[in-house]
Amino acid sequence: MTLLAVERLDARHGLLQAVRGVDLEVAQGETLALVGANGAGKTTLLRTIAGAHRAAAGRIFFEGADVTAVPAYERLRAGIALVPEGRRLFTDMTVKENLQVAAAHGRAGPWTLDTVVEAFPLLRQRLASRAGNLSGGEQQATAIGRALMTNPKLLLLDEVSLGLAPIAVDAVYRSLETLIAGGATIVLVEQDIGRALAVATRVACLLEGRIVLEGPAKDMTRERVTEAYFGLRRVQQAAS
Amino acid sequence: MIWLTQFINGVLLGGYYALLACGLSFMFGVMRIINLAHGDLAILAACLAFVFADTTGISPFVALIGVIPLMAGIGWLLQRTMLERSLRAGLLVPLLTTFGLAIVIENGLFEYLGADSRSLAPYIGDFAYDSWAITGNIYIGSLAALIFAVAVVVLGGLKLFLGHTSLGRAIRATAADPDTAELVGINARAVYAIAAAIAVALAGLAGVFLAMRETFSPYSGPTQLIFAFEAVVIGGIGSLSGTLVGGIVLGVAQTFGAQIDPQGFLISGHVVFLAVLAGRVGLAGVVNRGGFRRFLAGKS
Repeated sequence: MTLLAVERLDARHGLLQAVRGVDLEVAQGETLALVGANGAGKTTLLRTIAGAHRAAAGRIFFEGADVTAVPAYERLRAGIALVPEGRRLFTDMTVKENLQVAAAHGRAGPWTLDTVVEAFPLLRQRLASRAGNLSGGEQQATAIGRALMTNPKLLLLDEVSLGLAPIAVDAVYRSLETLIAGGATIVLVEQDIGRALAVATRVACLLEGRIVLEGPAKDMTRERVTEAYFGLRRVQQAAS
Repeated sequence: MIWLTQFINGVLLGGYYALLACGLSFMFGVMRIINLAHGDLAILAACLAFVFADTTGISPFVALIGVIPLMAGIGWLLQRTMLERSLRAGLLVPLLTTFGLAIVIENGLFEYLGADSRSLAPYIGDFAYDSWAITGNIYIGSLAALIFAVAVVVLGGLKLFLGHTSLGRAIRATAADPDTAELVGINARAVYAIAAAIAVALAGLAGVFLAMRETFSPYSGPTQLIFAFEAVVIGGIGSLSGTLVGGIVLGVAQTFGAQIDPQGFLISGHVVFLAVLAGRVGLAGVVNRGGFRRFLAGKS
């Protein structure tokens, strides 16, 4: 069943068009990895799906309903949660408060303070600490936990490994694998192609705001993705 | 002994200043709006309570039941109709908007009520001048004590509300980062409107107490705004307990100043405010920037 459908979506930052006519479908239970170079439009695409960025054209359907004009806080209540790039925690509030504030406005479901702490054991000792005082890995776990507290049907993860030590990235990905095994639907942006291919069921590669390569992760090779990532084929076509 | 009496009076006066200042501080903390109409909104509430008491003869304390929700409604409406729009144009535009609003309120009240000084004191009977004798020559004014107690309860209640309720956490989250707040399901626009309602209701509460303890006229607002600013700056912006301390420091400075010289009430308050401001500027390490800051910090 299609959970999310994006049709000919355009998104801009002023005069810069970051997302150009993107068509995308995400099925229930699927993990889609978005890869692409810096400035390819991955973050803008995720933020537009979450409602944090206005769509300039095109439509977004969630569970069949057109949510293009729905504000972010209502999309969250419908079941779309974004873990933003750079984590964006409420740094003056405690970890527990960060989780509670999300739970108060999200949907009811299996994710509660207890189950989130169970999924991210490193947070147990940190619940009373100010979120701004945590290490990067702990902050990322809090940010994912905060999104989970709203019991989303669709989880959007933007560069969860950015700025983390390799060991912290491993911990975050172990938690993600548990989520995926539990049947969660995830769209994630990842710079590390190896990790993206390992965790995702499908991969879409963005180049200059367009999807230039899309397919099941098992059919993808690092070479094909790299070629699309840098737009090499287009360069070769132009040369020949 | 007179100094002890003045100290106690100053502390109790500080409770009023804290009550007046907390709405100003709250609005700045949540929305980054410096509300220059804060004092005039307090006077507006005082006038509403006065008109109510004058026409019905019922106690101003009863009038509070109507005036506070009305002021909250005005705050909500101001946010939705004016402040929200001006915030979109940057941080300086709300300053102009509230400055204009202050002028409109002052002159609107002048048009309606005239320039007379008024007070709610005649409507609360003995309570306006009653006092308790603590020892033979130290008396505590019962109205001043009540205002102080209300200030402590309101500030403490606000602190508990922000720290321990769902709405309080939503307000803090929105104050910290409105875009991310929307991403965790908070309607930032609604939270701003609620925060404005709370801030203006607090201004109204302070205004009605001002009218009970002193006289006021349609143009009394700006003076109250200055006192509120001084209390906030002395106590530190964004800290509710700091606001109470700031109010008390300002109140004690004023009563001590008045004891030294009958003209000293205002000037000593301003001097302490400027001293604290200069101290903060120095502490913040901006001495390195040179110029007047370096001079204020005494490193010229």
